[in-house]
Order: sequence, then structure tokens, then C-alpha cells
Amino acid sequence: MTEDILTITDLKKHFVIGHNGLIHRTPITVKAVDGVSLSLRKGETFGLVGESGSGKSTVAYMTVGMYRPTSGTIRFRGEDLFDGSKERSKRHKKEIQIVFQDPGSSLNPRRSIKDILDLPLRIHQPQKNRLEEIVRLLSLVELPPEYMYKYPRQLSGGEKQIVAIARALATDPSIIVLDEPTSALDVSIQGKVINLLIRLQQEFELSFLFITHDLSLMRNVASRVAIMYLGKICEVADAAEFFENPLHPYTQMLLSSIPVLTEEEEALKPVKVESRGEIPSPVNVPPGCSFHSRCPYAEAICKQVDPEMKEIRPGHTVRCHLFASDRSQA
Amino acid sequence: MTRQPLLEIENLRVGFKVYGGELHVLDGVDFVVNKGEKVGLVGETGCGKTTTMKAILRILPQPPGFIESGVIRFHGRDLMQVKDREMRHIRGQGISMIFQDPTAALNPVFTIGQQLEPVIKYASPENRRLPRKVIRQKAIQALRDVSLADPERLLKAYPVQLSGGMRQRVCIGMALATNPELLIADEPGTSLDVTIQDQVLRLLHQLVEERDSSVILITHTLGIVRQMTDRLYVMYAGNMVETAPTRRIFTNPLHPYTQGLMDAVPKLTGGGVAHGIPGRIPDYLHPPTGCRFHPRCPHAMDICRQKKPSFYTVEEAHQVACFLYDTSSGADSAPARKEALA
Ligand SMILES: Nc1ncnc2c1ncn2[C@@H]1O[C@H](COP(=O)(O)OP(=O)(O)OP(=O)(O)O)[C@@H](O)[C@H]1O
Ligand SMILES: Nc1ncnc2c1ncn2[C@@H]1O[C@H](COP(=O)(O)OP(=O)(O)O)[C@@H](O)[C@H]1O
Ligand code: SF4
Ligand code: SF4
Ligand SMILES: [Mg+2]
Ligand SMILES: [Mg+2]
Repeated sequence: MTEDILTITDLKKHFVIGHNGLIHRTPITVKAVDGVSLSLRKGETFGLVGESGSGKSTVAYMTVGMYRPTSGTIRFRGEDLFDGSKERSKRHKKEIQIVFQDPGSSLNPRRSIKDILDLPLRIHQPQKNRLEEIVRLLSLVELPPEYMYKYPRQLSGGEKQIVAIARALATDPSIIVLDEPTSALDVSIQGKVINLLIRLQQEFELSFLFITHDLSLMRNVASRVAIMYLGKICEVADAAEFFENPLHPYTQMLLSSIPVLTEEEEALKPVKVESRGEIPSPVNVPPGCSFHSRCPYAEAICKQVDPEMKEIRPGHTVRCHLFASDRSQA
Repeated sequence: MTRQPLLEIENLRVGFKVYGGELHVLDGVDFVVNKGEKVGLVGETGCGKTTTMKAILRILPQPPGFIESGVIRFHGRDLMQVKDREMRHIRGQGISMIFQDPTAALNPVFTIGQQLEPVIKYASPENRRLPRKVIRQKAIQALRDVSLADPERLLKAYPVQLSGGMRQRVCIGMALATNPELLIADEPGTSLDVTIQDQVLRLLHQLVEERDSSVILITHTLGIVRQMTDRLYVMYAGNMVETAPTRRIFTNPLHPYTQGLMDAVPKLTGGGVAHGIPGRIPDYLHPPTGCRFHPRCPHAMDICRQKKPSFYTVEEAHQVACFLYDTSSGADSAPARKEALA
């Protein structure tokens, strides 16, 4: 088995968004990420899937060092990324890069593509001939060298995202966190960006933490998939196993809800778990299993006890009372 | 099947005056919706879907927008000729629209009741004479119809107090409260999470089936129209490029753009992600000559750069605007056509 390059253990990020009460002020917190553990293997694409507000981006921002965790650890090749020091080390910044969802706002509109690509080179690769390096980066992402003189507003959404990928490659990273890299793009453009990412991954042995809400896309790019709901992971499995044998009721609901194009795809959906109820506010997460308010299988215990993550099959773990050890034999 | 046409659009051309010239957006749109029919309209961002609907409802901002030519008939009557007052009634009871963004469609400073009740009241001269209590009862019923709990309380709530899914339900309730003959839904649920979108779409589907309303469902998610519509239009850069019964288009797409689009959607069956369609949607200041798709089309021929293709009927009810299907033009397109059909 390939080595784990990144290990996230019991990661939490709680935001204080206000206070209750006048004298005994109690903080109102959002548990954006509430005990996430996962590992990323060298050269793999790990898909992190969930609906809006589930905490995916917060995991991403902690992974690249933009946020400090409330608790828990993130290790890169065994080294703790938040070991007391305030700032993340330059070396770790170089190793873990990110591509954001919105290609419009992630590139500085006042800088040319050349300047945008020059900045990370100046910091992380000062010894290199930077102009040559910029031309090389552009050719890696299949953009002509003249593009260095353009400004973001002159590029289409897809091209902006491709420049953001080139910028991430500039530091020669081992890991790229992809936060919904194609969800702002039209589907006819998406394929180009995805195939470029796959080619670059193979060429440079990159590991991707790929965040998305598109399960059909994950089916085609991820080696493993994890589902997040209200700050917690509820199921993880190898992609093939995940789509053949989804176990968590929420995973089944997600899969039942996606609109597909063909009968063959329809046949791959699990037993229909019809979507119902509202996604609870993250300020007011239901006690016990946070999915109980929408779960058709919820029982008394689900409202009181938060289930533990449990490995059902090698590599396939689920957080749900239906799969507790004493029951699964029944 | 001899269904009556309810809405007919012929050769609609709409542009926008902007700094630097004119954007030639709608390039002769032809479009028909029959009574009781559920029609899907798909196409990528910027292809002109919303502009077409705004022209139908006469809510296109003019300027900068302007209608160059075209006829829009509803029940056989030319909508461009009817008086403003009558148009308000048509918008009240004839045609309703659900807008793309439920947050923007609801005014944040008024309660749901303050927005819903006038819609019902001004829908018709008869409703105008109804006492306030009856209007309120109808408003409560409209919210109940879209499965919203506690409608009395909701009438007093402000939009911010509702979740995205609830706001979209309110918009659907508002659009259906007047029992329109034609409902236009512009990307309903696009801004919602997939499980919530699924709830909203199932509800919408059930309501329009019950009422036998005609529907235009606009989306760029192909899977959604597959579940919900009888017939489909595919739009590209201001033109309708293909129409057929929905099932048929999904099993046998003919226009190179439709084929590219279907291919580009990642499938649950796996097999990798297709490379998509090269290039991008044209600049409407200087749109391509002839077939607007030719710079991106893998089958483009000389004639495609010179002439605009009209609709060719390939099979009953299946029409394609592409020279590959022009059987009269003789030999030059035959090999490419074979390839495209393969
Ligand atoms: N008020 C306006 N002024 C100038 N251009 C406009 C205006 N409204 C629309 N357009 C242009 O017309 C084209 C079609 O726009 P439209 O909103 O109809 O597209 P759409 O298919 O609905 O896209 P989306 O999926 O993004 O809503 C776009 O290029 C758009 O920029
Ligand atoms: N800086 C912040 N301050 C307060 N709340 C935040 C902040 N960042 C994220 N949140 C909250 O945390 C939750 C998860 O957010 P996010 O990580 O952005 O989820 P996703 O990317 O899945 O949409 C949301 O409820 C969001 O409002
Ligand atoms: S623990 Fe209970 S409520 Fe939660 S998913 Fe499992 S069955 Fe449903
Ligand atoms: S008319 Fe020509 S350019 Fe247009 S879609 Fe057909 S083959 Fe392609
Ligand atoms: Mg996010
Ligand atoms: Mg639109």
C-alpha cells in the first residue's frame, strides 16, 4: 500500500459568531468542522463531498494553513503542520497548494498573468530563471506564452482556473487542495480542466484533496470518497466500493437525489431514499446523530448518542447506529 | 397528437446596446409550447435563455435591450401589440415566472404575506373585488400547496428568516397561486443543494401535473429536464439548435453541440471525464457568421461559415439546425453526416 502523505486527526474548527445573554455571556459557536479524520495517500485523489455549509472549505483552509484548527492535528509526512509556531513554515507552504472555487476573485485583477505566476516563484524558487519558469508553467497548462501579458479580466472562467492551477504548480508542491475547482464553470469547459489536472497529477505524482458537491464527477476522478454532513464525515470508502455499496442513509439520499442522463446510471443508484427535511443550521446541530432529523431509519438511540466511525469492510467506514457491531450480526 | 399551440415565438431577435456597439444576442429564435406540454430549455450560461423569457413577459429592460424583430403569440394573440394593462393580466393569470435566484426575487423588507397577497389580488379584476380575508385564505392555501408548514406564521415572516429551500418554495407557491396556464421556471433550485433541489423539483413536478399547466423549465443541468419534461429545446449562442421529444434527444442527440454537451457531463457509470467542447461561447459584439457554432464544431464545413442553417426535420417532431442534416444540399455533407450520426 502507498504511504500516507497527509494525515488529519480529529480536526476541529469552531467559530464564535456572537454571544448570548447580557451578564453571563455565553458564546454562540458554529462547529464548522467537528472531529474530522482522514488520510491522503501519495499520488491519489481523495474526494471530499458534501452540501454547502458541511465544512469542506474549512477543512481545506486548515490544510493549507489559512486557519488554525481549534483542536486536532494535520501531519505532512509525519510532521505536525501546527506545532506551536504561529506561521506555517515556508517549506510546508511550498508543499501544499490550493485552487479556489471562484476563479474570478482568486486572481488579483490588477496584476498580469506574468506577475501572478512570478510571485510564488520569487518566494519559493528564487534560484531559477523566473521568466523561463513562467513560460514553462504556461506550457504545462497548455496556454500560449503570450498569455503572460494578459490580465485576469481578459480570460474566460476556464482559463482563469487554468492560470490558478499554474500558480499552484509554481512552487512544485506535493499536494494540491482543489476546492470545487470546476463548479463555477460550464460543463463543456469542465472536462478540459479536469483532464489537465489528471495529466499533471500523473506527471508530477501529485496528491489531490478534491472538494466538490458533484458525486458524478467524483465517480470519475477519485480513488477514495468521503461524505461530510454538518462538520463530520459520515462515510469513507474506495470509489468503486463507495458507488457499488453505499451504506450511510445520507449517502443513499445524496445518490438518490442526483439527476442523471441515462438508464444505466439510474440503475446504479441505491434503494431510493427520498430526500426530506431541511439541512439544520450549523449553529443548532441536532444532538446524537446530526442526520436524525432527516433520516428515514432514525430510532430512539439516534437522537441521543452520536454514533462512532466503524470499519465495516477493509477501507469502508461508516458513522451510523445501523452498523453498530452488536446489530450488524443480527 | 394534435395539441393546440399555447405560446409561439418566431424569428425573435433581441440585442443590447452597450459601450462599444451592439450585442446581437438572440439570433432568430423559434420556439413553440403546446397546451399542457412540459418543455425543457437547456443551454450554457449566457446562451440567451433568460433573455428569451424576459422578452416573452415584456420585462426586458429597454434600453439597453431592444427587440429587432420577431413575433410572440400567446393563444394566437401578438403579445408585442397588447396594451400594458392587459399584459399585466396576462402576467397575472396567463403566464407566471419563477426566477433563477429566490433570494433576489423576494424583497427583503416586506413580509411573505405583503408580497404574496398583492400577487393574488391583482391577478384578475374578479380577485380585486375579493375581501382581504379571502385573499389571505388563498395566500395560506398557496403556501400549503407547496408543503410549507405553519403558513399563517410564514405570512408574517421576512425572507431572511427562511432557508433557501423554503424561499424557493415560496416563489413556486407565488407563481402557482394564480393558476397560470403557462409556468416559466428559470433554473429553479440551481442555487440549492442537491437533496433540497430534488425535493423542490419533485414538488414542482407534482403540482404542474395536477393542474395540467404548461411549463417551460430552464436549466443547464441536463439530468433535470430528463426527469421533468416531454420535449426539449437545446439553445446555443442565441439560437435554438435542436428540438425533439425529451427521451429521443437523450438517446439520439443529433446536433454536434447537443452531442458535445451530453458527452461532457460526467456519468455515474464512470469511464473518465470527456474533454468537453473546445473554445467558448462567442462574443456577441462580433458573433461568428453562418452557424454560430462553427468555430467549436468538429464537423464544420465551408457552408457553415457562410450560411445560417435552418431547422431540418429529421424525424417527426425531431428538428435540427445543422447542415449535416440537409438532405437537399447533396454530396458535400454526406460523409460528415454519417460520422456525426455514428
Ligand atoms: N441588461 C443587459 N445588458 C447587456 N447585456 C445583457 C443584458 N442582459 C443579458 N445580456 C447578455 O445577453 C447574453 C444572454 O444572457 P442571458 O441572461 O439570457 O443568458 P442565460 O442563458 O440565462 O445565462 P445564465 O445561465 O447565466 O443565466 C449574455 O451575454 C448577457 O451578458
Ligand atoms: N470565518 C468564519 N466565521 C464564521 N463562520 C464560518 C466561517 N467560515 C465558515 N463558517 C461557517 O462554517 C460552516 C462551514 O463552512 P464552509 O467550510 O465554508 O462549508 P462548505 O465549504 O462545505 O460550504 C458554515 O456554517 C459557515 O457559515
Ligand atoms: S445513526 Fe440513526 S439517524 Fe443517524 S444515519 Fe444512522 S440510522 Fe439515521
Ligand atoms: S451547421 Fe456546420 S458548424 Fe453548425 S453544427 Fe452543423 S456542422 Fe457544425
Ligand atoms: Mg465551500
Ligand atoms: Mg439565466
